[in-house]
This record gives sequence, C-alpha cells and structure tokens, in this order.
Amino acid sequence: MRRHAGDWPLVLPLTLFFAVFVLVPLALLGAVSLYSDTTLTTHGVAQYVKFLTDRFNLGVLGQTLWLGLLATVLALVVGYPLGYIAAVAPPALQRVLLLVIVLPLLTSAVVRTFAWVVILGRQGIVNGLLAAIGLIDAPVRLLYTPWAVVVALAQIQLPLMVLPVITALGNIDPNLRHASHALGAGRWRTFVAVTLPLSAPGLLAGCLLVYAGSVSAFVTQTLVGGGQLMLMPQYMYQQAIQANNYPFAAAVAMILLAAVLAIVIVVNTVTKKTQTLVHG
Amino acid sequence: MWGPAALTSAGRFSYKESPVTTRGVALDLDGITHRFGHTVAVEGVSLRIEPGEIVALLGPSGCGKTTLLRIVSGLLRQSGGHVAVDGGIVDELPPNERGAGIVFQNYALFPHMTVEANVGYGLRARGAPRAEIAETVERMLALVRMEGFARRLPRQLSGGQQQRVALARTLAVSPRVLLLDEPFGALDKNLRLDMQIEVKRLQRELDITTIMVTHDQEEALSLADRVAVMNHGRVEQFGRPDEIYDRPATLFVATFVGTTNVLRGKLLDDGTLDCAAGRLPLGAVTTRPTGPVVVAVRPEHFRFVVDAEPGIDGRIELVLPLGPLVVYDVILADGTTLKVTSARGATSRAPGDRVRVALAAGSPVSVFGP
Repeated sequence: MRRHAGDWPLVLPLTLFFAVFVLVPLALLGAVSLYSDTTLTTHGVAQYVKFLTDRFNLGVLGQTLWLGLLATVLALVVGYPLGYIAAVAPPALQRVLLLVIVLPLLTSAVVRTFAWVVILGRQGIVNGLLAAIGLIDAPVRLLYTPWAVVVALAQIQLPLMVLPVITALGNIDPNLRHASHALGAGRWRTFVAVTLPLSAPGLLAGCLLVYAGSVSAFVTQTLVGGGQLMLMPQYMYQQAIQANNYPFAAAVAMILLAAVLAIVIVVNTVTKKTQTLVHG
Repeated sequence: MWGPAALTSAGRFSYKESPVTTRGVALDLDGITHRFGHTVAVEGVSLRIEPGEIVALLGPSGCGKTTLLRIVSGLLRQSGGHVAVDGGIVDELPPNERGAGIVFQNYALFPHMTVEANVGYGLRARGAPRAEIAETVERMLALVRMEGFARRLPRQLSGGQQQRVALARTLAVSPRVLLLDEPFGALDKNLRLDMQIEVKRLQRELDITTIMVTHDQEEALSLADRVAVMNHGRVEQFGRPDEIYDRPATLFVATFVGTTNVLRGKLLDDGTLDCAAGRLPLGAVTTRPTGPVVVAVRPEHFRFVVDAEPGIDGRIELVLPLGPLVVYDVILADGTTLKVTSARGATSRAPGDRVRVALAAGSPVSVFGP
C-alpha cells in the first residue's frame, strides 16, 4: 500500500490512546515495582530479587507458563482441524461454521467460564452423565484442577486459534493441492508437505494469541482453578488487593510481561521466517 | 480393448520410464459431458487425439475448455462419457496413475520448496530412490535449461523461469499426456514467444501427446497441430489451424478465430450476395441453397477494384498501417463497416477516398444459414 506523507494525523488518535492507556500505566507499574517497601519510600530492585530467589514464586511463574502452553497445545489440536474443516467447507456451510466459531466471542469470558463451572462441578453435567451411565459411584473432582483450567482456557481461547488458521488455509492456492495430487501424492503427503507448512504462519499467530490470552486469563484461572491453584494473575491480585503489597504485585506483573514478551519475540521470529518462506 | 485388463496394464506407469524416450500415446475423449449442478459445462465432447499430437482447446472464457482439461487430467470426474489413454479407459484413475501431467496457469509451484524440491516432488511421492530422484531432477532442469537454479525458491524466479520449473516438475514423473492450462497467459509478450518456442521444442523432443487450453487464437493456431474450437461446452470445430481459419464450420468459429467481416443478405442464383449495401459476387461459392444467408469474409480476402468491376461501394474511414500490412476500415452505404487488409503498396489510400470492394479471386468464403 502506498503511504502518503500527509497521512500521519490519521494515526494520532490511536497513538494518543495507546500512550495514555497502555504506555503510561505500564511505566507507572514499572516505577512502582522499583520500590523496596510497601509504603513506596525507598527505591530498589528488592521486589525482583525477592521474586526470583524464591522457589515458591518461581513455581507460580513456571506453573502459569506451563498451563498456558498446555492450553495452547490443546487449542491447537482441536482448533486446527476445525479451521481446516471450515476452510475447505462449501461456502454455505463455511458461513455457518464461521458463525459458530465466532459466536463465543460475542459472550463475555466470565459467562463462558461460569458455563465450565456448571459443566465440571460436583453436581455438574459431566459428573451427572458419568453417574447416569454407571461409570462412577461418587462425583469425581473435575473443577478446581489444573486440567480443568487447561480445558476451559483452550475452549475459551479457541476462536483466536481457529480464525487465523482459517485465514491462512484460505490463502493457500487450491492449485497447489491439485498439483500435489496430480504429481502422485496422497492426501496425507499433500497435507504434511504442502498444506501444513503453508498454513504455519496462521497457526503460529493463533498459538501466540491463545498463549498470551491464557497466561493472563485471571477470571478463568481463578474460577475454574479455585484457590489452591496459584497462578501469576491471581498472585498479582492477592499481593495487591489482599496483602496491599503494590511494589511486589507490580514486580510480578512486570516479570510475567517480560516472560510472555520473550516467548512472543521468539515465536514471532520463527513466524517471520516461515512467512518469508511462504509469501516471499 | 477398453476393458479392465487394458486398464491395469495401460493405466499405470512407472517412474522408471525415461522421460526422454516417452513415445506419444493416443488420447480419446468419448462423449464427455459435465454438469455443475444444473449448468452444463461440457456437453458431448468427443475428440480423438493422435499420438504425439499437440491439440489446443480454444474458446472464450466459460466455454468449458478448462473443465474439459481437468476431466482429462483426472482432477475432475466427468458426469458422463469416457477418457481413454492409449486405448485404456482411465475414468477411475487419479491423475498420476492415468499418466496425465498438468501444468497450471499460475504454475502452482510450491512456494516453500526450492526448485529442486519442486521438481523432485512427484518422484518422492512415489517413493523413488534418492539417487534416482537427484539424477532425474538434474536431467529435468537441464531439459528446461534451468541447471543453475536448483537451490532457488520459486519467488526468486521470473515468470518464464517459473514456467520452466513447472514444466520440469510435471515432466519429471514421465506423464504420457501433457496438459497445459493457459500456459502463456501470465507471461509478457516478448517472453511469451520464447516460451512458446520452448514448449514446442520440448513437446517435439519428448514426442508427448499434449493438450493446451487457451483463449488466445494466435497461440492456438501457431502451436497446435489441431485446434478444437469450443463454445458453450461444445466443440464447434476440430481441425488443423488452416482448416479452422480458411473453412470455419460455424459462424462462431469464423468470428472467434481471426478477424472476419460478416455480411447478411440474400444469396442469388448466380452466386451473388445481395445485401443492403449492394451486391457482392461470391465467385464459385454456390453450394448452399439460395436464400437468406450470413457470409464471413477475412479482411485479407477483400481487394479494391476499379469501378468497371462488380463490387460494393464504400468510403474509407480509417487507415491503420501495421508494418507490412495496411488495414482499411471501409464504411458502406448502409452504415456497416468492412475491414480490408492489403499489402502496403504504391497505391496509398487516405480516409475519405471512395472505393469499390470485391473478393480477391479464389478466396475462401464461408456461407452460413441465417
């Protein structure tokens, strides 16, 4: 697209919005994290030292990143085939599928999370079903487990995985599949050698969105994970609101941000590489 | 011989056959019909293509020529009729097993693979040994004169180079029939001629039966041994380029291929066309019953005559010098225009000149019913 020299005022509102509501709060957060005491009098990196030298804290960080990874993998395993089906579906069916895929985005994440509480609870749908067909005698604990969090996060973030995958698959010239077929490759080889690599940019973008969304999903993590499962967003909330330790909460936030940013940068670099390979 | 036995023996082929020793096989299309929903895309097309022949499917967009090519390739299953390669019916076989190699209009090179990986793709898919793949890829790249480009990616190549690679990729699996979908459509004019010569060279060298889809009549007439002119899913005429050009079977062929003047009128007993603008003697063309007719005359078959000879009077509107030829746009008394071409000679005519137009002696004239 051609850029015009006089176009810059158009980006001014967004730039201002971004500066006031993202950059400034972020800078404040950074500044707060650099106080050594809860009354914000002495500067220092004591909060970071405290976090990074404590086994429990590092465990929370590791658990958060790990759960995010599991949720992303699950969303990928479920979302890629769904995206594939939607991408190859005839137009009429594709419209229906797209609507179904996008529909969850139109309801609040809180509502979707409560749906999972209802589904997985002691008297929930899953336990009821298992009891009805005689597989279990007493309700099993599904809610308030790490796996429940992974499943709920994957489902809630699923549209963010499926939409980029559909876009990437839709951008692949169908003649490439035909060419592969005409050269004697079966469906599986065509998928592995042509379709999958060419959809990699969309797949990686989806993973990034789901991952970033999952590690910071305070509501879902808290409501489905319960009190026992300590993850970074909840840890922040607890330190800031309950313990009134703003500098430490800010440091937790900055560390989570840095960790996710590092992962995003790595994945983005890989994505760029595959993109230049695919789109030139 | 169109039985199941022929199907297994003739339908399959092995990568071991050397592409350079490919011998042309006959290709028969027998009553091919295809419908998309309620639309008939191809209707009752029967063509017999001789071994080693290059045939062009020529027609306007939407005439069914690409659909027909996809049916021959095996990418699309026809609603009715049969495709036979070398006498064996291949309707049930996928593209590679029926020995059809297709080069797509946009080449469809795998963008994430090098030239060498693209060319070797078909051989890898059928599990050829590594050494043989390397050897064949090298030979194929030499065949299309792309030896130095093995490690490049498709996007690093020009359109013509991409087409060479696409040809090499298709030929690497030794197809018995080569199918080209609008092969030169994406190339600019200078490159197009080079690639047309290149494709013709390869086709001759390999003696491979080839079908080419095109909407470019010059391309069809210059490259093909025979041309099938298609319209509305049907073949209007199948013949040598000179037959198509000089003896069009239908008014559609006459107007679609080359430039044609269409005159409507009544054919009189003495072989004269009586039209609104005057009377034009058609010479010996009186095989058709007299009455209302449509007559098609090529611009180069008209000539200007002196007033003593019979002909149609008109006035020159425009003069377009095209190198060795000059095209005159002549407006007749009833307002219709004729295109007349003649060699650029000493007698130059200017717009506004009054002229009398007649048929050059012995010119082919096509007379159709109204």
